[in-house]
Amino acid sequence: MGALLGKKLGMTSIFSDDGESVPCTVIEAGPCPVVMLRTKDNDGYDAVQIGFGEIEDRKVNQPTKGHFKKSNTTHTRYLKEFKNIKAETGEVLTVEQFQSGDMLKISSNSKGRGFQGVVKRHHFRGVGMTTHGQSDRVRAPGSIGGSSYPSRVFPGMRMAGRMGGKRTSIRNIEVLQVLPEQNLILVKGSIPGAPNSIIEIVKL
Amino acid sequence: MHPKIALIDQMSKAKSEEIRKTKDGELAQDIPSFRPGDSVTIAVRVVEGDKERIQNFTGTIIARRGSGINATFRVRKVSNGVGVERIFPLFSPNIQSITVDRNGHVRRAKLYYLRGMSEKKIRQKLR
Repeated sequence: MGALLGKKLGMTSIFSDDGESVPCTVIEAGPCPVVMLRTKDNDGYDAVQIGFGEIEDRKVNQPTKGHFKKSNTTHTRYLKEFKNIKAETGEVLTVEQFQSGDMLKISSNSKGRGFQGVVKRHHFRGVGMTTHGQSDRVRAPGSIGGSSYPSRVFPGMRMAGRMGGKRTSIRNIEVLQVLPEQNLILVKGSIPGAPNSIIEIVKL
Repeated sequence: MHPKIALIDQMSKAKSEEIRKTKDGELAQDIPSFRPGDSVTIAVRVVEGDKERIQNFTGTIIARRGSGINATFRVRKVSNGVGVERIFPLFSPNIQSITVDRNGHVRRAKLYYLRGMSEKKIRQKLR
């Protein structure tokens, strides 16, 4: 098991050895200092807290600086905790823990789509017909339930609303290439989030 | 484009070059400059079973799109009365060479209007 924090840079494509074009996402990940170890005795659970991202010295307040000082690490912009990984405080995690062929789980906030209708948000098909008096119902949700019974709409009924901008995870993302000098990982296909969003990478 | 993505693009181009050098040796040519309207011959590697051979595709460039490693071009030819269009990645390692046979003179970047035209009309257009 390995874990890392990173930043999505964007997408491009590379060529495989057979000459096939493979779409890939470029991730800048690490170096991530291990800032703190959560233990069962102290915190009730086991986890490793790691940091990522540069931040100017003047933007870090004193309590945060103290937190980093305990582990003798430089302060970072982000802090996240990961379970089920082994690390020592002060250690610096890099992309070198991954190699091509590894399978990853990648979590991030997906792109916010704003207020969307049911066709985009829940893959409804719309009411369908444009004739028979249905002139403006092509993307409508249709019936949302009975009338006198139950006289209410059941909770969880899928309707229009805010879409995206939520934590989304994708499993089994393949590592294509690791560039340790650049702190880069190339993974196959797309990952959640917009460019420059912070992402969590866990080795499966 | 992010500088680090540009770097990956460069790496891909280098890799494509390398694959072409190892497979084609001296036959591998640099990519020439060409634009829509030009008649070209593309020597493309075809895999049949476990054998590879070179197949020529001769036609007219009708469109170029994309930038960097994602750039592609579209070639159209009429084969036995049937229009055939192929899209090639510009930096594909499967292209041995691109030869410009004739330069066309057109005013548009996308020549999709050639699709419905007769051979004679097309010849007039590309002059």
